Amino acid sequence: MNHHYKYILRLADNALINTQRLSEWTGHGPFLEEDLALTNIALDILGRSNLLLEHAAKIDNTGKSADNLAYHRGEREFLNTKLVEQPNGDYAQTIIRQVFVDAFDLLLYTELCKSSDQTLAGIAAKSVKEITYHYRHTSNWVLRFGLGTEDSNQRAQQALNELWRFSGELFYTDETDQWAVKEGIGADVNMFKDKWTKTITSLFAEANLKLPENAFMQTGGKNGIHTEHLGYILAEMQSLARSLPNDKW
Amino acid sequence: MSDSQGPLWEVFVQKKSGQPFVHCGNLHAFDKEMALQNARDLYTRRMEGMALWVVLSEHIVASSPEDQGSFFEPSNDKIFRHPTFYQVPDVIKHM
Repeated sequence: MNHHYKYILRLADNALINTQRLSEWTGHGPFLEEDLALTNIALDILGRSNLLLEHAAKIDNTGKSADNLAYHRGEREFLNTKLVEQPNGDYAQTIIRQVFVDAFDLLLYTELCKSSDQTLAGIAAKSVKEITYHYRHTSNWVLRFGLGTEDSNQRAQQALNELWRFSGELFYTDETDQWAVKEGIGADVNMFKDKWTKTITSLFAEANLKLPENAFMQTGGKNGIHTEHLGYILAEMQSLARSLPNDKW
Repeated sequence: MSDSQGPLWEVFVQKKSGQPFVHCGNLHAFDKEMALQNARDLYTRRMEGMALWVVLSEHIVASSPEDQGSFFEPSNDKIFRHPTFYQVPDVIKHM
């Protein structure tokens, strides 16, 4: 698998699995307005994943479409981080997961605006505006939960304890990332790791929530090693396309 | 129902700078920031405007249907209040 294809595919899979998870809330949100807000966010991310998958398919140049990549790859071929495949849980858990993603993506896609890959730079420029709003929405909910009632604070804390160990993979890099940085295509995540940590630390401090200490960080997702949850996501996401291959609707 | 969704807010959208803010609907939210965000998500997703106002519905003072007669009907027979005796130049928009 060439580095360029793999780099774009990882970005695409992160967005795709993230939006698939968020979409599960559609029609089940805590109240109508928030249901629509989260669905809007999911839709932005779906649009981004589609653009990235199309771009990946073009780089791969073996006649595959974005749909082929989304619906006809197995679990081990998906290269998203383990964080985005974690279950929605209660609303606090969904929000904590999403605020990690949004804070990271905001920094990542801001850097990617400068990519020497013009298509990627274009996708990034469009995404930054969207993600800026996503972070505003999700960070607002973190404060609401953290400073709300004893129950909401506890639930947010529980979600934080559960999900923190998946946050480290956002900054995991290997030879593909190094190649992409060297070529000017990718962003060097180590450049903004401190900034992300600072953003998240001050947000949770303000929300009266404690970051777990010395957690063992889970990795592997970026190389196709996933938690048990991804299989179920794919089963649901791919069942229609796989049972009626080449059908149109 | 309203207990679990927060109070009601009215939403006003300005299509572009210089034009009036027009009432377009309402929504539920627990505070100002949430009301503004919900307004953005509910009422401006399709380029409906470039600026938003939200205001708690209870802060709006409204006339009641019973007031209709005494408030508005006396103007019915006073056509001299309408500036129809003037020519409006073509360049004046939004009159």
